[in-house]
Amino acid sequence: MSVDTNTVKKIASLARLAITEEDASRLAPELGNILHWIEQLEQVDTTGIEPMTAVIPNHLRLRDDVVTDGGIRDALMQNAPQGEHGFFTVPKVIE
Amino acid sequence: MSDVTDLGIAGLRDGFRAGEFSARDVAEAFNARVDAADALNAFLVKTPDHALAAADVADAARAAGEAPKPLAGVPIGMKDLFCTKGVATTAASHILEGFVPPYESAVSQNLWDAGAGMLGKLNMDQFAMGSSNETSAFGNVISPWRRKDGGNAPLAPGGSSGGSSSAVAARLCPGATGTDTGGSIRQPAAFTGISGIKPTYGRCSRWGTIAFASSLDQAGPMARDVRDCAIMLEAMAGFDVRDATSLQLDVPQWEAGLSADLKGKRIGIPKEYRVDGMPAEIETLWQQGIDWLRDAGAEIVEVSLPHTKYALPAYYIIAPAEASSNLARYDGVRYGLRDLPEGAGLQDMYAATRADGFGDEVKRRIMIGTYVLSAGFYDAYYTQAQKVRTLIARDFERAWEACDLLLAPTAPSAAFALGEKSADPIAMYLNDVFTVPSSLAGLPAMSVPGGLDAAGLPLGLQIIGKPLDEQGVLNAGLAIEQRAGFVARPEAWW
Repeated sequence: MSVDTNTVKKIASLARLAITEEDASRLAPELGNILHWIEQLEQVDTTGIEPMTAVIPNHLRLRDDVVTDGGIRDALMQNAPQGEHGFFTVPKVIE
Repeated sequence: MSDVTDLGIAGLRDGFRAGEFSARDVAEAFNARVDAADALNAFLVKTPDHALAAADVADAARAAGEAPKPLAGVPIGMKDLFCTKGVATTAASHILEGFVPPYESAVSQNLWDAGAGMLGKLNMDQFAMGSSNETSAFGNVISPWRRKDGGNAPLAPGGSSGGSSSAVAARLCPGATGTDTGGSIRQPAAFTGISGIKPTYGRCSRWGTIAFASSLDQAGPMARDVRDCAIMLEAMAGFDVRDATSLQLDVPQWEAGLSADLKGKRIGIPKEYRVDGMPAEIETLWQQGIDWLRDAGAEIVEVSLPHTKYALPAYYIIAPAEASSNLARYDGVRYGLRDLPEGAGLQDMYAATRADGFGDEVKRRIMIGTYVLSAGFYDAYYTQAQKVRTLIARDFERAWEACDLLLAPTAPSAAFALGEKSADPIAMYLNDVFTVPSSLAGLPAMSVPGGLDAAGLPLGLQIIGKPLDEQGVLNAGLAIEQRAGFVARPEAWW
């Protein structure tokens, strides 16, 4: 699988990573090599094999639908790069 | 009194209980060791006061005649992947610089509840992605070991738990936490001549541990010997309702159950682990390990794990896929770095923050993960990898019909020099060729030191067990440890 710079830019955009033209040119062959290497999985016959969902058999537990936490707004906000009036703030998104 | 920093976890615990020294003496001695070892760059944050406070509690309890806690008087190092309340936690990344968790991870809380104190937060590969500790945003960790060739080439301590391995090997702490996603406890343990165990997936709660690949991540101890690993793992493990994959089981008494008598045990030697280009010294050590286990009473059988060669490529789909999803949370809104270029909107802020805040290897894996999960490719890559994972787990299940444990090398080479492999991602990934398959199957596995290579560097042997058979793994590790008589330690140059 060869990867071109347009693909790299599209993936970067999906991953919300700003990249320069230079980054894209550098990453294209690098990602291409890695993808080529992982494509050897095509050789494995997986007909009738279920994809793994849990490595160790475990059951999903249910709990009562009650609040077990809360009232910790200030603790949650203390690491925010920017906050006002108890809210996380971001650049304006609605004109 | 001899230097308490020469003692391991059991020695410190027992000496403290016997009144040979105070916990405060121990904490002060290790704090001084940590302070004198900045050249190794093993610690990102030093927390001498945390260690002293735990020591004072232990001393007061002893003076009051209270029953001692399991780790009373023992200070440890904490990998920076574990959130620690009030102590900066970054996963060695720039994007989390300045993040001070308002909560404590389950594993670290368990250790504090057991009486341990913290010497500091240990450097690591950024977000646990790496095998050499060269991806940290805060500089490489350097192994205390050096080749006996007269040169001073700085060597990799392994990764991702490289601060942990370097610190334990240099005796800056008697034990440290590690996490293992594809070999991040075992490979650094092997590179630095110490022991480390990754328990069965689900034994240690992942709550409060910064996530890399959630279906693989497991915490475990790294320490000087097998007994110390057993003691520390007992304190770290345990059911936690806050982690949906936590196993609802009692924690066995692994230390009390230690026995190097392997009569009746069958040890499988996986033939597919004899890879091309494996150094002769690794082959020799592996054979030596076989002889040691036979001497301990075990029966040796050859087994086949036919899908072994596909484990690494499957891992490098599954782990980046989960990472790309887990790391989506770093968006510059709730914690950590925010990069807001002049006049930028929300989307630009996300992209700028993440571009600035993640290192190259982290970005590489996010990109691979995003690619394999993207529309049109999901089945060909991700679903196929999860099917291969089923086959890899099935290989192990079939092997357990013929044997109780597996023996293999931990890594395909001894420690390499920093910079030697960092230009080629795939060469770096190949370091984990022997550790990834058991990670994909969620199995307990440990590395113990087996000997030194011609350059005087440690080599590790790996034992892999059935699900929940940490005891069997530890016991075989003990049998090797007793026969290997590994006493080499790095000469202090730092």
